[in-house]
This record gives sequence, structure tokens and C-alpha cells, in this order.
Amino acid sequence: MSDAKADALRKSAVLALPTAALGVTFGLLAAPLMGGPAALAMSALVWSGAAQFGAVSVLSAGGGVPLAAGTGLLANARYLPMGFALAPSLHGSPLRRALTGALVVDASFALAHRGEGRFDPQTVVWSAPLQYVGWLVGTAAGVAGASVLADPGQLGFDVLFPVFYLGLLIPELRGSARALVVAGMSAVVALALVPVAPEGVPVLAAAATALLGLKEPS
Amino acid sequence: MTWVLVGILAAGTLALKIVGPLVAGGVQPPPALVRVIELLTPALLTALVVTSTFASGRDLVLDARAAGVVIGLALLLLRVPLVLALIASAAVVAGIRLLG
Repeated sequence: MSDAKADALRKSAVLALPTAALGVTFGLLAAPLMGGPAALAMSALVWSGAAQFGAVSVLSAGGGVPLAAGTGLLANARYLPMGFALAPSLHGSPLRRALTGALVVDASFALAHRGEGRFDPQTVVWSAPLQYVGWLVGTAAGVAGASVLADPGQLGFDVLFPVFYLGLLIPELRGSARALVVAGMSAVVALALVPVAPEGVPVLAAAATALLGLKEPS
Repeated sequence: MTWVLVGILAAGTLALKIVGPLVAGGVQPPPALVRVIELLTPALLTALVVTSTFASGRDLVLDARAAGVVIGLALLLLRVPLVLALIASAAVVAGIRLLG
């Protein structure tokens, strides 16, 4: 096994448990609304907490399928710029590039960043399996009505996401004044939009602060 | 109807993810775009950190998660390994919730 593979598996492993816990919450929430099989299929085929929770929250509020689909896709709109950011680092046939791109999630995107706009495709691919299995097993447990982890918040699992992202963010900020400025702007934009914008929009708009890079460094 | 929703979300998410790799795969972008790509990771991670710390649906809240994140941040700045920072922050949050 290559170093990149082992490293990606090891680093993504710490997210498998909190991802599974989040999956349990999703399964518990979604199964009564859409049926167990559809909830499980959604986790298997969509594999995105933000989009799935967004869509299900619309359904539970009495909204229809078009609104739920629109909300879910808006929550995932950040994948469009992320795909374009990743693209220059992807080589090989279109099918191979598309498959690698399809495996991108927030954590693998950040883990694969090698600086100067380059990404390691191997890391994208091998950060995926444990998180995917965690998400699916968690959803299945939730659909089955697992009560042990009914409230993952109680165990402090939910804090693992921000701290994990912080662990990836800090090296990006060390020694880069520009990254620090962008991070500050991003935090302000995201927090300002949370109360007023639909799910996904705060993160998408905050990601746009990267456009500061269009300016020549002084 | 929910199966239609599953289909739309699955196809739409896949499309969002693979358009870039298909259209711009392997092409070296101009320097200005490289700078934007480089800044996208910190911009995205920061947004994820603050929303997963302070957002509860559409509300901004200050709860046990914030305390856990502060502990995690302090440990990470002291260059404590990520796994230990994760365990410590989760323990702090679980402890606060147990007492609260």
C-alpha cells in the first residue's frame, strides 16, 4: 500500500465514527418521512449530510419534492467550484477524472490539498471508503431505530467536525497572511448569512471570499 | 415521490462534482486562478468550522460546542496531535452536557 493511500485512510478514519453518528440522526429523522429503503438509498447515492438534512428538513416542514430537491442541491452547490479547483490536478481519461471528482467530500478535499492550488487525487480517493461506510452503516442503524446513539450530541460527537476542520485549517493559515485575511472574511460572511439564507448558502458565499486571489499579491 | 427526490439529489450532486473534472481536467489554469484555488481551501474550511460550531439550523447559538472548539483550537495551536485534540474536545462537550 502506498504512503498516500495509508495516510488518507488513517486521517479519514477519525471521521468515520462522528459520520456514522450523524448518519444515525439522519436515518431516525428520514425513515418516518420517506420510508427506510428510500432513506438508505439516499445515503448510498447522494452521500452528503448537508444536502440530505436540507431536503429532509423541507419535507418535515410540509414542503414538496421540488422545494426539497432545490434546497438539497443548493446545499451542495459548493461542489461546483470545488470540482473546478480539483480539475487541474486530475489526469487520465474523462471517466477516471469523473470518478475521482465524484468521491470528493469536504474532508477529502482539504486532506488532498498540497498547496499552490495542487491536489493529490490518491488522497481524494482513499479518504472516501471509511467515511462512506460510516455514513451508510449509521443511516442503516438509524432507519432500524437504533436508540443507543439516538442523540449523538449527548456524546459530544458533533464537536468533532469543527475541530477536525480546524486541524486541517491551521496549517493552511500558518505563514500565509492572505489565507488569514480570507479566513477572517469567510467567517464573517458565513455567520452573517446563517440566520437569513437557506442551508448551504452561507458556506457557498463564504467560499467566494477566495476570489480575493484574483488580485495580484502586493 | 420520495424516490424522485432521491434521484434528483443523487444526479444533481454527481453533476455538481464532476462538471469541473470533466471540463477542466488536467488543464493548467492561469496564475490568478491558481491563487483563487489555493485560497478556496482555507475559505471553505473556515466557513465549515464557524457554521458547525455556531449554527443550529438557522439560529446562531453559543453552546457546549463552542467550549469544545476553543479547547480543540488551543491544543492544535500547541501542536498536539489531531486525534488527541478531537478526543479532548468531545470529552469537554460531553462533560458540559452531562452537567448541564
